[in-house]
Amino acid sequence: MAHAATGSSEQYNYDIIRKFTLMALVWGLLGMSVGVYIASELAWPFLNLDIPQITFGRLRPVHTTLVIFGFGGSALFATSYYVVQRTCQTRLYSDMLATFTFWGWQLAVGLGALSYMLGHTQSREYAEFEWPIDLLIAVVWVAYFWVYVQTLKRRSQPHIYVANWFYMAFILATAILHIFNNLAVPVDLFSMKSYSLFSGVQDAMTQWWYGHNAVGFFLTAAFLGMMYYFVPKQAGRPVYSYRLSIVHFWALSFLYMWVGAHHLHWTALPDWTSTLAATFSIMLLLPSWGGMINGIMTLSGAWEKLRTDPIMLFLITALSFYGMSTFEGPMMSLKSVNALSHYTDWTIGHVHSGALGWVAMVSFGSFYHLIPRLYDTRLYSTRLVYVHFWLATIGILLYITSMWVAGIFQGLMLRSFDEFGSLAYTFVETVAFLHKPYVVRALGGAFFVSGVVVMAYNALMTLRKARVEAAELEAKLAAKMARA
Amino acid sequence: MPEWFLWFTRFENSKIVALLLFFVAFCGILIYVYTGKARGQRLESYKYMPFDDEDSDAGRDGEVEEDERRKS
Repeated sequence: MAHAATGSSEQYNYDIIRKFTLMALVWGLLGMSVGVYIASELAWPFLNLDIPQITFGRLRPVHTTLVIFGFGGSALFATSYYVVQRTCQTRLYSDMLATFTFWGWQLAVGLGALSYMLGHTQSREYAEFEWPIDLLIAVVWVAYFWVYVQTLKRRSQPHIYVANWFYMAFILATAILHIFNNLAVPVDLFSMKSYSLFSGVQDAMTQWWYGHNAVGFFLTAAFLGMMYYFVPKQAGRPVYSYRLSIVHFWALSFLYMWVGAHHLHWTALPDWTSTLAATFSIMLLLPSWGGMINGIMTLSGAWEKLRTDPIMLFLITALSFYGMSTFEGPMMSLKSVNALSHYTDWTIGHVHSGALGWVAMVSFGSFYHLIPRLYDTRLYSTRLVYVHFWLATIGILLYITSMWVAGIFQGLMLRSFDEFGSLAYTFVETVAFLHKPYVVRALGGAFFVSGVVVMAYNALMTLRKARVEAAELEAKLAAKMARA
Repeated sequence: MPEWFLWFTRFENSKIVALLLFFVAFCGILIYVYTGKARGQRLESYKYMPFDDEDSDAGRDGEVEEDERRKS
């Protein structure tokens, strides 16, 4: 076994994958804990403690940045570097450039979080980084693109496996989105402040073109790449239909780019633009469900694996949440539904059914597959994987059901009228109603974070076990050599 | 600029042209993927690629069913 591992580390660059995996866990734990704290601040506002740096307004982008870019981004770097090497059967192009992407990315995420706490933000959702950090991200991203393309060029396989297509679409689309959404003129060279190149409704349109495609390409396409490799590997069966995965890829890539404007229904945006976005959102249901069915049907004929393999449970549950949130999204993009759901906590619930149910669960499943292979050992405890699975699932269910209750009632209260045609409820009454769902949401978040703590412990113990095994093997070899 | 080219620059025309182009491209992909027995078999054979690199995974992953592999 150790021999195989040595071979692998020489053939492939596993060191960079280990680093990104470790940091994904660190950022995940930190970012999700911040999420629970700000959820608690909404339920019990005294937790703001009158300290500006930890108020909801400043910590909210810290939470989203740490979980999306810190946890999600590092997970994608790790798995994409693993998948491209394993499916192309070649070593990653340039260890130095790959290491640069690691340090550059971690620096950008860390600086971003710190700057938000200090009050520096360009106030664009999921793109709050001020311009110097945007430049750093752009450079890191170009390096990532170069490493990936050059590795693909060095492949020893004639075909590029479909998971890499999804990763490539993610890298290219993210580059375009990041550059165009952050076009800005700095106030001066030594100021963090800048002004967007766009204004008014065009600015809003650009922001939501970015915002939804960040969901589409960063949080969906890339994690589908993860799914197309790790689900078949863990199941020990090939993907249900390769041809369906090709249609899935092209349809998803084409349709996603048009749907951003559904975030701006009933605003100054031209009506035809928001109708177009809603139409494309409905059409998007087809490739989304095509992909989900392709992933789940990979287990066709081997469903018993769900009874015996907790990693498979993570992966298949992730696909189920993917199916659920990609049904909910198009439904919420309908103008009539959106009139009720927008500006309420239903949106927050929807985002988290995708972020926790799909993105985090598929990452956890992939990491449980990946970590033992990176360290050439077995997982410290399969039982702890079950514990993590149930903590995560209960957490998500508490989170999304409480947000459905909060959002739907909030929406109904905000638009109900009395017999005189006046608003039936004041805004403060809607806020008072939200207290209980907010408490349940914080509890759900706490469940989810405790699951991540269990995973971090399991990963740490796996790493320790690998070290002990390696030391024992070395001692045995040394004893053998001494005897000879 | 020729007159016929200006026709494409008008928004009400270019939207329809773009829609037609994308729709035809999508139909082309569908036809390419789902027609031709040999092509279909070749495309489906790529789904075994993640299992071509089993060196250190041996004994840890589930085995890919041999009959399925033979089918491809």
